[in-house]
Amino acid sequence: MAALTTVIGRRSGGRRSANRRETRAAYGFIGLWMVGFLVFTLGPMIASLVLSFTDYNAISSPHNVGTANYRQLMSDPKVSKALSNTLIYAVMYVPVAMAVALCLALLLNRVGRASGFFRTIFYLPVMTPPVAAGALFLLLLNGNQGLLNSTLHLVGINGPNWTTDTAWVKPGLAITMLWGVGGMVVIYLAALRQVPKELYEAASLDGAGAWMRFRRVTLPMISGALFFTLIVQTISALQMFDQAYTMFFGGQQNSTYSNDAALFYVIYLFQQGFSFLHMGYASALAWLLFVVIMIITAIQVRVSRRFVYYEGERD
Amino acid sequence: MATSPAELTATPASDGPATLKAKGAAPGTGRRDHQPIWKRTPYLIVLALATVLFTYPFLWLISASFKPRTDVFDNALIPHHWRAANFADVWHYGSMLTWLGNSAMVGIAAATTVTISSAIVAFGFAYFRFPGRNVLFGLVLATMMLPSAVTMIPIYLIWSKVGLTGTQVPLWAQNIFGSAFYIFLLRQFFLSLPRELFEAARVDGCSFFGLFWRIALPLARPALAIVFIFEIQASWNDLLKPLIYLQNTALFTMPRGLKSIIDTFGNGGEHHWEIISAASLIATIPMIVIFAFAQRHIIDGIATTGRKG
Repeated sequence: MAALTTVIGRRSGGRRSANRRETRAAYGFIGLWMVGFLVFTLGPMIASLVLSFTDYNAISSPHNVGTANYRQLMSDPKVSKALSNTLIYAVMYVPVAMAVALCLALLLNRVGRASGFFRTIFYLPVMTPPVAAGALFLLLLNGNQGLLNSTLHLVGINGPNWTTDTAWVKPGLAITMLWGVGGMVVIYLAALRQVPKELYEAASLDGAGAWMRFRRVTLPMISGALFFTLIVQTISALQMFDQAYTMFFGGQQNSTYSNDAALFYVIYLFQQGFSFLHMGYASALAWLLFVVIMIITAIQVRVSRRFVYYEGERD
Repeated sequence: MATSPAELTATPASDGPATLKAKGAAPGTGRRDHQPIWKRTPYLIVLALATVLFTYPFLWLISASFKPRTDVFDNALIPHHWRAANFADVWHYGSMLTWLGNSAMVGIAAATTVTISSAIVAFGFAYFRFPGRNVLFGLVLATMMLPSAVTMIPIYLIWSKVGLTGTQVPLWAQNIFGSAFYIFLLRQFFLSLPRELFEAARVDGCSFFGLFWRIALPLARPALAIVFIFEIQASWNDLLKPLIYLQNTALFTMPRGLKSIIDTFGNGGEHHWEIISAASLIATIPMIVIFAFAQRHIIDGIATTGRKG
């Protein structure tokens, strides 16, 4: 909360009475956004809420069905499947991705000038279009002949069928996404470089070992960046679509992969809305997702507040 | 709801503008260079291993796209038999050139509109003091939290009402009204410009629009470049919107076209993985080229704003 006031309040300190001409000009500049907000955000939000209480199917006009869509949500086995898939994946991917990215960033922070080179290498996969990355990992993760299992075979491990075994589809997707962890590495490295060196020196003088310095200096000082990535990565994991859809849906959905292990929430929503044209039902699905995301984010904000250290908070 | 996004975006960006402006490398680069090389060697070895993990999939892809169909899974880095004809096949089966062109056009339209519009709005929030400003800016930040799924269907109905579904317009036209994340990013940048600059111009009789057009915009070039590049990438990667709006293959963007190739030649289809590899490689190369030219902009942009990452 403090961060909000520091960002927004910075310029309004003087608070001289804004003259009318200036106000009019200001609204001239931001008017563009206000129109867009009304037409493409607020209006659609209201419309979506209204639609969620109808049976709209894009062909005939909508009828009010009360809470039928929401009741259907509760009993639709695909919803609970999609929701649990999505949550399991998020729980699997986000902490691992954060840990991997943090380790890489810590290493980069140790090698001086060479870090630029490695940072570029780690970032390259982030530039790969998700559809291309999905296709690529469909091959690399192939259970019989894929690179991953061939490599595992060399060390005597019989790798699972990452792309067909229901238990291994989500870990496989997490591996696919981990390839793109470089964005977080860049964020963490930037945060690590902001940590004042004196803190480490002081900690060393007090007899703190490497682990203690990491726990008591590094982690608190970069907690802002960790918190930020936790929130953003969780929100985007909960909206997983591109890679999963590329790998397991579309033309191939009725052939090899009839299993539901890769049915993520937004994929199901997309199918309901645009394949089956159950737009009323899909709207209800969208609102459930929104509520789930809000609740999870709120919990994360609440829990993190105890651990996150903001430099600005001192004043 | 209005406060949490501010909290989460404000943190990594708090020193954003300063770094965005900096021409050189990020502050602190190489400050541990005084460490002797033997002390750094273990770290370098681990990083070298990680480098193999991160680059090998790329090399595998390049290699696979030059292999004949039967060799794709032999996992040899150098193909035993070279088959450059894969690329001719891709060209034949999919309208790659059309898709690349479509993606380029949509990307440029999306990036140009969103850069200009977001800059206009950001300047409005950065320069002026007016009633309702903080509430409205809070609203801008709040929209970043909204999952796109919530508005997806009504926005489709809007485009359907004006008869533009089935065209590429819905892929970029919303950008005319600015985009929350970029507005936030550019506003941070504008706030870092010395206010005296604008006061002086006002005294000289410069109009409000002149302040924006002749002073703020030219100074904001590095930040504008970041917005432009981010949006090009976002547009190039987007699969969901083309899935929703495009049926005619001649209008497909690259990701949508690539998806159709995967559907035709992949598991559900003919198992021509070498063609899928070649197509994936073609779809990726433009982004790698952009990265090669704009690496510093991109890295600085991520480091200071913490875009999705």
